[in-house]
Amino acid sequence: MSTVTEPRRSSVPTAGGTAGAGTRPRRVRGRDERSPLASVGLHAALIAASAVAVFPIVYMIFISLRGRDGWTKPTSAEGGLEITNYAYVLTETEFPRWFANSVLVAAGTTLVGVFVAASTGYAISRMRFPGHKSLMWVLLITQMFPVAVLIVALYNILGGLGLLDSYVGLILTYCSVSVPFCAWMMKGYFDTIPHEIDEAGRVDGLTPFGTFYRLILPLAKPGLAVTAFYSFLTAWGEVAFARAFLSSDSMLTLSVGLQSFIGQHKAEWGYLTACAVIITVPAGLVFLLVQRNLVAGLTAGGTKG
Amino acid sequence: MKTATADPATAGRPPRAGLLTRMKRSYDRHWYAWAMVLPVVLVIGVLIAYPLGRGVYLSFTDANELNVAKQLGATEIPATYQFVGFDNYWRVLSGADGEFYPKLAWTVVWTVSCVFFHYTIGLGLALLLNRKLKGRSLYRVLLILPWAVPAFVATYIWRMMYNSESGIFNALLGQLGFAPVDWLGDTFMQKVAVIGVNVWLGVPFMMVAVLGGLQSISSEQYEAAEMDGANAWQRFRHVTLPGLRPVSATVILLGTIWTFNMFPIIYLMLGEANALHSEILVTYAYRLAFGSVRDYAGAATYGILILSMLLVFAVFYRRMLNRQEAAR
Repeated sequence: MSTVTEPRRSSVPTAGGTAGAGTRPRRVRGRDERSPLASVGLHAALIAASAVAVFPIVYMIFISLRGRDGWTKPTSAEGGLEITNYAYVLTETEFPRWFANSVLVAAGTTLVGVFVAASTGYAISRMRFPGHKSLMWVLLITQMFPVAVLIVALYNILGGLGLLDSYVGLILTYCSVSVPFCAWMMKGYFDTIPHEIDEAGRVDGLTPFGTFYRLILPLAKPGLAVTAFYSFLTAWGEVAFARAFLSSDSMLTLSVGLQSFIGQHKAEWGYLTACAVIITVPAGLVFLLVQRNLVAGLTAGGTKG
Repeated sequence: MKTATADPATAGRPPRAGLLTRMKRSYDRHWYAWAMVLPVVLVIGVLIAYPLGRGVYLSFTDANELNVAKQLGATEIPATYQFVGFDNYWRVLSGADGEFYPKLAWTVVWTVSCVFFHYTIGLGLALLLNRKLKGRSLYRVLLILPWAVPAFVATYIWRMMYNSESGIFNALLGQLGFAPVDWLGDTFMQKVAVIGVNVWLGVPFMMVAVLGGLQSISSEQYEAAEMDGANAWQRFRHVTLPGLRPVSATVILLGTIWTFNMFPIIYLMLGEANALHSEILVTYAYRLAFGSVRDYAGAATYGILILSMLLVFAVFYRRMLNRQEAAR
């Protein structure tokens, strides 16, 4: 009996076999007990990984506070920290404008994207209509579309509609990128909501639309948060379409505008890092708020591949 | 009343009605569903299907900046490009344009190494985080942070750190007594550099997905395995990995597709002039389309080839998974 419980993990003998040889074999998983040495190793590995994960971000903040040319002395902190870079990019550059553009485009994409993705996800999850299988496939396949296939034709279409260099054009484009995956995630999320709720709604005389809006959507808030966030991030960080479709200075989004700080001859990394911090910190905070739901949403979408 | 109870699908097969009646019935039953998916179908139709069709068409022509229709002032110049059949494909696939196979090879290396590191590191970290330990949520948050950084921002930060004169990496190497490395100039180091950035950026997603997968494996399975005398490695091999299969299959497929098409890292990291040897197919096609002379046909050809390769990969991948599933 005890031999079964003994050889748990690692060659290091477990600290005194705390499970007690005489007790019943039912116990917490062996994976939860470990020797002090294994604990040290575990923490060391996690600390090292966390350091790698965090370092570039901390370094970005550090450089942004080091004045215009502080980046040229990457390891010294002499002269202290200052906020001149922030003052400069906020008052002297087009950065606030780009920021506003990005917010507008990303918010538009989120609104349209979430609405469309939610209703589609619901239909695919609950209704066995002719064509639902092929729609699932189409959604997955659109994930594979490289920008290169669509970009020329999209450029022509938007040009024909007069939507180049406009918010609407960009929002539509981003929806085509984010909606398929969002619909897929929402489908996974709706799958986890019991069908009985729909049936109860129908018995009470609600239409399928009514069931969807009044009963299911409120229950799907975590899933909606995930999709909203995903489409926001998609639009917030997109580069290729933005570079191709935007031409006038006042319309640029952040991902394109920032490029102007890195000239051919002299890069203004001080200014750029200040912008980068302003871009990352708010998005990062929201991200940390929703990340738990993000996990649930992603795995719900993931397990039902 | 009667129609509500007697669902035509469940009430035995009624004698086959005429096509029109069946369509009508189908419409009556499913119009809700169709109404709900209509927006997506429209979005996909207008913004993906039509451009795709157009892309296919362009790839059979010799369209470029000089011969497409354009508006010069008030006069409209009609398109003068011609249909050239499989000419573009032939030039690319026979190696005549000289760019395709080297770039394909690098794209494959790039994708395989990125996805490999994403998955193995993500799996490793998820396994560590899935244990009971002090400060678990803090580690989790710290490890997820890179995901919260937009790709273009991350690329710029890393580009600054890789800077050959004033970058932190070379400064640290210098302090340790090593010679500086030309991270972004040297062809080989460029590749190491971009893979490094992408791995940093992509691990959190894998970690979180795998963590979710781990938590969905019931503890009874581990208990049963232990009862059977399985050691840690055997439990990992026979309980954890199979339990992760659905999640792994999905994230590896998605990760492969995303990495194959990853645009911003390579494009922004190396600048336009510097990237000639480290371009992947997507950035190369983009440069064809929006470079000095816009070669629309060439870009479309590359785009279609990329898409076909991914489709073939996805089909084989699914099939392989299914076969494994059947063999188990």
